[in-house]
Amino acid sequence: MRNLDLDRLRAHHRLMLRIRALEETALRGMAERVVLGAIHPSIGQEAVAAGVIAQLAPDDILLSTHRGHGHTLAKGADAEAMIRELLGRVGGTCGGKGGSMHIADFSVGMLGANGVVGANIVIAAGAAHAIRLRGERRVVVCIFGDGAINRGPFLEGLNWAAVFALPVLFVCEDNGFAATTRTAAMTAGDGPAARARALGLHAEEVDGNDVLAVEDAARDAIAALRDGGGPRFLLAHTYRFTGHTAADVAAYRPEAEVAARRAHDPIARAASWLAEAGVAAPDLAADREAAQAEMADAYAAALAAPFPAAAEAFRDVQDAGAPA
Amino acid sequence: MSRMTYLDAARQALVEEMRRDRSVWALGEDLGRGGVFGTYRGLADEFGPQRISDAPISEAAILGVAVGAAMLGTRPVAEMRFSDFALCATDELVNQAAKARFMFGGQARVPLVARMPIGMWRSSAAQHSQSLEAWYAHIPGLVVVCPATPADNKGLLKSAIRSDDPVVYMEHKNLWALEGEVPDDSDRCIPFGRARLVREGGDLTLVSWSAQVHVATAATETLAADGISAELLDLRSIWPWDREAVLASAARTGRLLVVHEAVQAGGFGAEIAATVAQETGARVRRLGAPRALIGYAPPVEDAVRVTEAMIVRAAREMLA
Repeated sequence: MRNLDLDRLRAHHRLMLRIRALEETALRGMAERVVLGAIHPSIGQEAVAAGVIAQLAPDDILLSTHRGHGHTLAKGADAEAMIRELLGRVGGTCGGKGGSMHIADFSVGMLGANGVVGANIVIAAGAAHAIRLRGERRVVVCIFGDGAINRGPFLEGLNWAAVFALPVLFVCEDNGFAATTRTAAMTAGDGPAARARALGLHAEEVDGNDVLAVEDAARDAIAALRDGGGPRFLLAHTYRFTGHTAADVAAYRPEAEVAARRAHDPIARAASWLAEAGVAAPDLAADREAAQAEMADAYAAALAAPFPAAAEAFRDVQDAGAPA
Repeated sequence: MSRMTYLDAARQALVEEMRRDRSVWALGEDLGRGGVFGTYRGLADEFGPQRISDAPISEAAILGVAVGAAMLGTRPVAEMRFSDFALCATDELVNQAAKARFMFGGQARVPLVARMPIGMWRSSAAQHSQSLEAWYAHIPGLVVVCPATPADNKGLLKSAIRSDDPVVYMEHKNLWALEGEVPDDSDRCIPFGRARLVREGGDLTLVSWSAQVHVATAATETLAADGISAELLDLRSIWPWDREAVLASAARTGRLLVVHEAVQAGGFGAEIAATVAQETGARVRRLGAPRALIGYAPPVEDAVRVTEAMIVRAAREMLA
C-alpha cells in the first residue's frame, strides 16, 4: 500500500470520472446524431490527462491532439462549453467553428487540439520559445500519441526544444495504435523514449494507467522545467478502450486483449486504492454520479443552444483581405 | 529620402520595427551571420542572438515555432530562405498559421511573417527559382505580399510585421541589388491591397507584381515609342489585391493584360483576368510562364521567362 495523499487521489478520481463521463456523453451525442463530426475518445487513457495536467498552473500552456477532450477538461475548460463545441453550437469553446478536433480554450492556457498528428509538437516548442524570450517561468506541456513519433515534426520539435533548452514536457500517450495500425509494426528502433534520448532529452517511462505514478513523474519533470533544465520527455503506456474514432469498432484487436487491458482501468484502480484507504463505497459512487450529472446537465444545455449564424463563416478569417 | 538597395530597405525596415517593438524577433538558418542573402547582416550585433535567432535546418520547426510564439503574443519573422524550401513547412503555414484564428473561434491571433524569397535568377534551377505566390493566395487566412521596389520593400515589410494576420512575404531574389529612393520616415507603412501606379496610359491596362513589374515597365516604354499608351499597375500584394484600382483602370482602357513570372496555368493572373472580364467586360489576356520547370543551363532557363518582347507582342495583338 502506498503512502497516499488521499485528497489528491480523490481529486484525480473525480477528474477522471468527469473525463469519462464527458467522453461517454460525446459518444451518446454521436449515437443521437447531434455530434456531427468524428470524435476520438480517450476512454481508458484518463490517468495521463489527470496525472500530468494537475501539475500545471493556470497560466501554463497545454497543446493537445485530436484525442484531446480529456486534456482540455483537465486544463480547466468548462464542460458545457466543450459539449456545445462538439455539437457545433453557440457558446462552444470555439463558437462551434472548430469541433472536437480543434477544441481549444485559450483562457485556461489550452492552445488547441490539432487535427494533424504531430503538428502540435513544433507549435509547443514555439510557445516555450516565446516564454523563454520573455523570461517567464511558465512551462508548456505537449501531449501526442505514439503514432506521432513517425512524423518529421517530432524530430524537428524535440531537437529544437533541446537545442534552445526550452521548458516543454513532451508527453507521449502510447496506446499502442496509430489510427488502426499497431504502431510497433510501423516503427523502427526502440520506440519513443529511445528517440527522445537520442536527441538529448531526459526521458522517463511510466504506467499511464496509474494516476499516481503519472503524477510523480510529471511533478519531477515539470519542476525540472521550471528550474531551466531544458525539455523533458514522458512516455506513458496506456490503452484506449474504444476504437480510433467513435465509428471504429476496432475488430483488429482480439477481445481477450481488450478485456485484459480493461482490467487495468485507471479509474477502477484509483477507486480501489481509495476504498482500501477507507473511503466508503457510497462516497465513491457519489463521485461517479456527480460527474455523470454534470455532463448530463451540460449536454441538455448544449442541445438547447442554437447553431451559430451562417455569417460566422466569414468572421475571424483575416483582417486584410477578409471575405467580402 | 535615402538611396538604397531593395535588400537594405528591408533590412532597415526590420531594424526599425525591432527597435520600436520588443516583441519582434527573427528566426532562421544562418541569421547570426546575416542570413543566406545578407538581409540580416549586423542585426545580431544590435539585437543579440535571442532576437536574431539561428535555427537548425528544420523548416517545419522554424514555421511551427513561429506559430506557437505568435500565439503567445510575440511577432516572429520566420526566414525560410527560398519559397521552394518553405514547402517543407506547408502544414505549419496552411493548416496551422492560416486557420488558427478561425478554427479556434477568434481566440488565437498568429501575427507572423513567413519570409520566403521567390523568383528566377541565374542558374538556380528547379528547386531555387519558383514563384509560388498563387498557392498562398488560394488559402483563406493568409496575406501574400510581393514587393517590386526598394521603397515598397521597406514599407510593406513594416506593414507585414505590424499585421495581426500571418503574412507570406515574398521578395524577389533578382532584385536584392536594385537601388531606389526610400523614405526615411520610420512609421511609413504601405497598406496591403493598394496598387502602385507605375505609369499612366489610356490604351490598355497592364497589371504585374514583383520583378516582372520591371520587365513590364520596359515594355511600356517600347510601346510608347510606337504610340501605344499603356497603364501599368504594380499590385504589391496579391492577397488582398487592389480590385478597385484594377477594375477602374480596365474599365477605362477596355483592355487588361496581366503579366507574371509564375506559371500561367492556375496563376494569380487568371483570377484577375476573370474578375475583370466578369465585372467590366474588358478584353482580358494573361501572360505567364509555360507550365514547365526551370532549368539550369541559360537557354533552358530563358525558355520559361516572360520577356519584354512577349509583353510588347501581346499588347500589340490586343490593340490590333
